[in-house]
Amino acid sequence: MVEYAMNHAWLIPLLPTLAFVAIIFLTRPWPLLSALIAVGAMLTSCFFATFTAIGVFTSPELTEKPLVYAVNWFNMPGMEINVGILLDPVSAMMMFMVTLVGSLIFIYAIGYMQDDPGYSVFFSYVSLFAAFMLLLVASSSLVEMFVGWEGVGLCSYLLIGFYQHKISAREAAKKAFITCRVADFGLLLGMLLLFWNFGTLDFAALAEKIPHFQQYNVSAATLALIAFLVFCGPIGKSGQFPLHVWLPDAMEGPTPVSALIHAATMVVAGVYLVARVMFLFHEVPSVMQLVAVTGGFTALFAATIAVTQREIKRILAYSTISQIGYMMLALGVGSLTAGMFHLWTHAFFKALLFLGAGSVLVALHHKADVWEMGGLLKKMPITGWTFLVGCIAIAGIPPFAGFWSKDEILLATLESGHYVLFAMAAFTAFLTAFYMFRLFFLAFTGAENPANHPKESPWVMTVPLIFLAIFSLVGGWVGTPWANVWSEWIFFGHPHHGEPNYMVMIGSVVLAGLGIYLAYYFYCADREKVKVRELARRYQGIYTLLYNKYYIDEIYLWLNHTLVDGAAKIFYLFDIYVVDGIIVNGVAAITGLFGEGLRVTATGRLQNYALVFFLGVLAVFVVLAFTSPLLAGPIWGGVR
Amino acid sequence: MPVPVVDLSLLAPEIALAVLATAILILGLIVPKGSRFGLSWLAIVGLAGVLGITLAGWENQGTLYEGLFIVDQYAIFFKITFLVAAFLVALGSQRYIERIGDQSEYYSVLLFAALGMLVMASAGDFITLYLGLELMTIAFIILVCFNRTSARSLEAGIKYILLAGMSSAVLLYGLSLVYGLSGSVLIPEVAQAVARHPSPALILGMVMLVAGLGFKISAVPFHMWAPDIYEGAPTPITAFLAAGSKAASFAILLRIFVAALPGVWAYWTTLVAILAAVTIIVGNLVAIPQTNIKRLLAYSSIAQAGYILVGLVTAEATGVKAVMFYAFLYVFATVGAFTVASCFYSVTGSDEIKDYAGLSQRSPFMAAVMVVCMLSMAGIPPLAGFVGKFYLFATVVNDYLWLVFIGLVMSMVSVYYYLKVTLVMYRDEPVDNTPIKLSGPVAVTLLITMAATLLIGICPGPLSEAVNAAANTFFLH
Repeated sequence: MVEYAMNHAWLIPLLPTLAFVAIIFLTRPWPLLSALIAVGAMLTSCFFATFTAIGVFTSPELTEKPLVYAVNWFNMPGMEINVGILLDPVSAMMMFMVTLVGSLIFIYAIGYMQDDPGYSVFFSYVSLFAAFMLLLVASSSLVEMFVGWEGVGLCSYLLIGFYQHKISAREAAKKAFITCRVADFGLLLGMLLLFWNFGTLDFAALAEKIPHFQQYNVSAATLALIAFLVFCGPIGKSGQFPLHVWLPDAMEGPTPVSALIHAATMVVAGVYLVARVMFLFHEVPSVMQLVAVTGGFTALFAATIAVTQREIKRILAYSTISQIGYMMLALGVGSLTAGMFHLWTHAFFKALLFLGAGSVLVALHHKADVWEMGGLLKKMPITGWTFLVGCIAIAGIPPFAGFWSKDEILLATLESGHYVLFAMAAFTAFLTAFYMFRLFFLAFTGAENPANHPKESPWVMTVPLIFLAIFSLVGGWVGTPWANVWSEWIFFGHPHHGEPNYMVMIGSVVLAGLGIYLAYYFYCADREKVKVRELARRYQGIYTLLYNKYYIDEIYLWLNHTLVDGAAKIFYLFDIYVVDGIIVNGVAAITGLFGEGLRVTATGRLQNYALVFFLGVLAVFVVLAFTSPLLAGPIWGGVR
Repeated sequence: MPVPVVDLSLLAPEIALAVLATAILILGLIVPKGSRFGLSWLAIVGLAGVLGITLAGWENQGTLYEGLFIVDQYAIFFKITFLVAAFLVALGSQRYIERIGDQSEYYSVLLFAALGMLVMASAGDFITLYLGLELMTIAFIILVCFNRTSARSLEAGIKYILLAGMSSAVLLYGLSLVYGLSGSVLIPEVAQAVARHPSPALILGMVMLVAGLGFKISAVPFHMWAPDIYEGAPTPITAFLAAGSKAASFAILLRIFVAALPGVWAYWTTLVAILAAVTIIVGNLVAIPQTNIKRLLAYSSIAQAGYILVGLVTAEATGVKAVMFYAFLYVFATVGAFTVASCFYSVTGSDEIKDYAGLSQRSPFMAAVMVVCMLSMAGIPPLAGFVGKFYLFATVVNDYLWLVFIGLVMSMVSVYYYLKVTLVMYRDEPVDNTPIKLSGPVAVTLLITMAATLLIGICPGPLSEAVNAAANTFFLH
């Protein structure tokens, strides 16, 4: 079975594609059948991914030399692109994670999306998403990965805007798509440069060629430029500063989508991409620094915003941005192991938290403000307790999953000598614990809001929560400092065995504990929340700044209005009015001098079109005369 | 003087097309008015037949009349492109034309336009080029004002006559300069003359030639006519103008550029790069504020011309292939988008984007085709446009990074306005809920365009091999 799965790994992305096609063309009128097809395809994919993972994680040679099944896709002299499946521990882990989390979220969605008019369509979109995501993960070349990359972007766009009647959802969808496109063009440019300089975009071939880049007449500066451009993609897709703005708005989509796309899988594609082309970044220390600083800064920056937000999913969204910042930080300081480890654990606890939030939202009829919740733990025990597990995991309390991976990141940052970034990361850990437990205490403890009549969600929603809670506990045990299986398999260069550093461990637990205690002190012990209101009043300025997310959205909006729309307007005006207005009137005036007889054509416009044409001919000639030495001789020679 | 032996089999597609066009014109006079609808089927089937003849002659290469007429696989590839475009336009416009005019006139003129393109693709000298160009242009003038009851269409026709006439005059004047100074009209000989004695007048002549062709491909600054005429012309004709006439002009431009390449025109490359950049920028930015779908597509097609110009910058093997590749896939995206527009106009009588509200509910298929075509033009994988753009930009990425940069930024901008249309179609509620019914032939046209756009994107291999082979024959000359 293992061998069969490994030889047929291409089935893993294919099955959800088939589900998509089947739902769109055949089973759309029957919602439940559509859902079952989607879930069935995903579970089968998960089954294959599991066996593939078993196969990969029992073949140590794959850490050195990945297994590639590729076929030729595009072939012209000087341009040959292969597509296929690449199996190594990193991709096998990702496939397993995506299909597992995906399956659980699909099952959850059966309950969550109940009675939605777009039930079948929803399942077709998420299946398509899963297909593209798995293609992205499994691809053996950058081009193929880019196809998946754009595909998940497109699906994300469709799903954010799923509630079509909500204007905010449409706007959010548009924002997400366009923001990511901004980033993607950087990535595409980087890809083109890579291709031009190295003649290939296969990961395996690039990994061999890039370390010897001098042999290909590539300067270090060019390579740095390439790495920077490639990194633009992850900045957008993974919501890193300054392109993080789309992710919180993306919460307009249905909650399973937030959990699947905007927490567990798509948004970490950027991290995965950086990990995949680590051989490129490794050669360019300056860009590695940039990755580390971007990650570290984003982690802290997003955490500060999360502290003041009121909507449950927005808090989680900023927390996602912050946690992805951690992963980038880990990659930036050179620890692929820690970065991917956090990606792995984060997928479980963040999916858990989102699904828990979804369960709460269903119970409260989509009232999202945490200040209007309270006391939900009694009425919704399964949701409440599993949510608590998620909070503990993300806060970094041992032995839950988040602790181990965060500890790895802190350790890697410290060992690489980035003390400032280490301090930022440690402070972020404190903030994380604080805002997550602020959320927990506000929503689940304290007095019940009499306006709410919550009741526990059906089993189809709670069972995935329980499974995810279990993974949020045990998921980190593969990478404890004492028995670090993880680092044996997933690494760049050589496996790195960090010595258990008790100072860091205890320090991070203390910080997390302090955060939890403060949250308890302000939001649970203090029933009326007097102290925290007082605090907000005293530091009104900071509070407003944080609550409005540093006004970055407003700045972008303004820039967009002035720059893009402005430029478009100017060009349009030029096309219509300069030609129509100034030149029209000018020509008309001149023509007027020669009498009406010359104005034979009916409209002024035509003459001006013609005028532009002749000016164009003249301009082309002049440019040519100036730029070409061969012509400059005969032309200007006579003048001189 | 011995009479040169002419291998007429090389001319088979042109002869067949000319016979077909004339036959339809004459039959139109004989057949009573009520039963002329059958003539459109004759045109469509005939076009398919000519396409078959052209495909069958893939291996049959040679030159005729001392190099005046070149039949290489490069030319054949472009002929296939034009014939496919003509076929799709003919198939998609039956109903549209039925309402506005005479079927036999329309189809015979359409075929003559296609014939002009075929001649252009094979032109080995400037006179043949001019013949083909004028045949195509005059046919287009008739077609643009074909809707005789619409003031817009007539206005567009008048504008096109005057402006196309002007551009032809410039081209012809350039031609006379070139002939006067080089003593030849054969493209390779003129190119050599330019290399040996680049006198300013000769260069001016060449500039005028290029400007005349630049007009046809609507490259900035020779683009001013395009939006007005695209908007006013009957929509199927707009599609044919955008896809066919542009591709034909590119075919001949490439011939001129590549023939003249060794050495001298290296200086042209910067110029072409600038033209490409300006065309891309203006086309995309001006598309943003448009509210009329045809004007939007017009500006977007200006931008597309800019992208194809990128392939001309290097004018090497890779560039030529990229242009051929893109020209071919561009036909499908353009015809698809315009056919949706024409179909929509037939039903609602509107070209305004805001009236496309809720099209996804009224006709999911039309909306899907529009989205696929637009996303392909924007270069989103895995659609055909992505592969094409990737290939175009890959040819210049090392020497003209700034151009690639502009191209990519602008294709990002293009996503913005394509998305605007998508949003209107998918998100807004329709004012009028009645479903739009498609006639069989139109549905087939749309299906072909969409399937081709998807297929070329997912599996570009066969097309790239054809392009490869075709471009290689080109370089034997």
